Amino acid sequence: MSQKVLLTSKEVHIILHRLACQLIENHLDFSNTILIGLQPRGKFLAERIKQILESEYQVSNIQLGFLDITFFRDDFRRGEKPLEANKTQIDFLVEDKKVVFIDDVLYTGRSINAALTAIQSFGRPSEVELLTLIDRRFSRHLPIQPDYRGRQVDAINNEKVLVKWLENDGEDAVYLITK
Amino acid sequence: MKELSVNHLIGIKHITKQDIDLIFETADHFKEVINRPIKKVPSLRDVTIANIFFENSTRTKLSFELAQKRLSADVISFSAAQSSVKKGETLIDTVNNILSMKVDMVVMRHSSPGAAHFLSQNVSASIVNAGDGAHEHPTQALLDSFTIREKLGDVGGKKIVIVGDILHSRVALSNIFALQMQGAEVKVCGPKTLIPKYIESLGVTVESNLRKALEWCDVANMLRVQNERLDVSYFPTTREYTQQYGVTKELLDSLNKEIVIMHPGPINRGVEITSDVADSGQSVILNQVENGVAVRMAVIYLLASKIKN
Repeated sequence: MSQKVLLTSKEVHIILHRLACQLIENHLDFSNTILIGLQPRGKFLAERIKQILESEYQVSNIQLGFLDITFFRDDFRRGEKPLEANKTQIDFLVEDKKVVFIDDVLYTGRSINAALTAIQSFGRPSEVELLTLIDRRFSRHLPIQPDYRGRQVDAINNEKVLVKWLENDGEDAVYLITK
Repeated sequence: MKELSVNHLIGIKHITKQDIDLIFETADHFKEVINRPIKKVPSLRDVTIANIFFENSTRTKLSFELAQKRLSADVISFSAAQSSVKKGETLIDTVNNILSMKVDMVVMRHSSPGAAHFLSQNVSASIVNAGDGAHEHPTQALLDSFTIREKLGDVGGKKIVIVGDILHSRVALSNIFALQMQGAEVKVCGPKTLIPKYIESLGVTVESNLRKALEWCDVANMLRVQNERLDVSYFPTTREYTQQYGVTKELLDSLNKEIVIMHPGPINRGVEITSDVADSGQSVILNQVENGVAVRMAVIYLLASKIKN
């Protein structure tokens, strides 16, 4: 197994600021926008984006929720391992709101597909966008593309992209791991 | 990744503390799901479940059906009263006929102790015991413990008294196993005629005085007087039972602490507990019903994840 650094801490920070600015361009004061971090790993990215928007760009009252898609996945009973759920925390309705899904890596698109179904349990959003830090292009199983992307990566199937966060893994970095 | 140690839920006796913890963690997620505006998840859309009730049930059957539907399973329900069982078909034949219609899981209630175990040995589907005679009723015990955990933070170290007809009660037996497994102390209280002879060999203590039992406990689980099972007289009159073993508001208020009152339902109001107790803030009876759906969703989800495609 070998690993290669795709993004360093500094690069991650620059990208996060750019993504935050791109969100502001489209959502201005975020009064009708809801950010949804997808559990488990999109949570960290969503919290970072919110923190940057608040502290660097003085956007206040950002609504942030976390959505767990375990029970909506299409591979229940199809994998070797049982699926383990995480906490969903959405304390508001998304009816007629602009929802931005936030996840660390976009790979096959199946998680986003499940999230699109799952979010309907909380109302009918007026629109849904997707923000990802890493877009593994050419590996999609479904016609799903990000609206905001940090970095495009060409990785083959036996490679894994691992995003690490300071608060959880001790550093901000993105690795490409070859098995 | 965690999974259950068993492929069937026959009784609490057959599962481990880790299984109970996993069921509760999963039930926490499902409790959040059933409080959403849209209370349904698609996990089990390719799973078919048969609910076979050879004995009457309202709450348990509804709760199981709702849990299955919230998980998007296909559900068929069947009561013995309308079935070929009346025409003399055996249990295995009945169930195998249902299974040949491609059913993945069977939830069964039966009047014979061991019926669920027997079925799990003889048919290929995953079996959930919804009550077998006076033996076990595992999902009821799980939802009772889940409710105690929700109300008091933890089951371990708590003192629980089970009051009433212990002799005929599968709820009592499953609860004793579940509570002890989680580190709670269990006492039973009731007329001597309704306490099984060897109950102390399970590690529970017996108290015949209701007031003393309530003063000792954190939680009182009041069992129903099961008139349909009382083939001979176990106590002189219902009135006398109520006087000795019925909980009233006056009795609760005279204790020096606030205890939690549980009841598996259906309540005989004015017999085991009075209406003002059942409807008081100390009662968690309706929480038990709500948690029943979440816990059953967790059990079905976890068992279904072990059925291979």
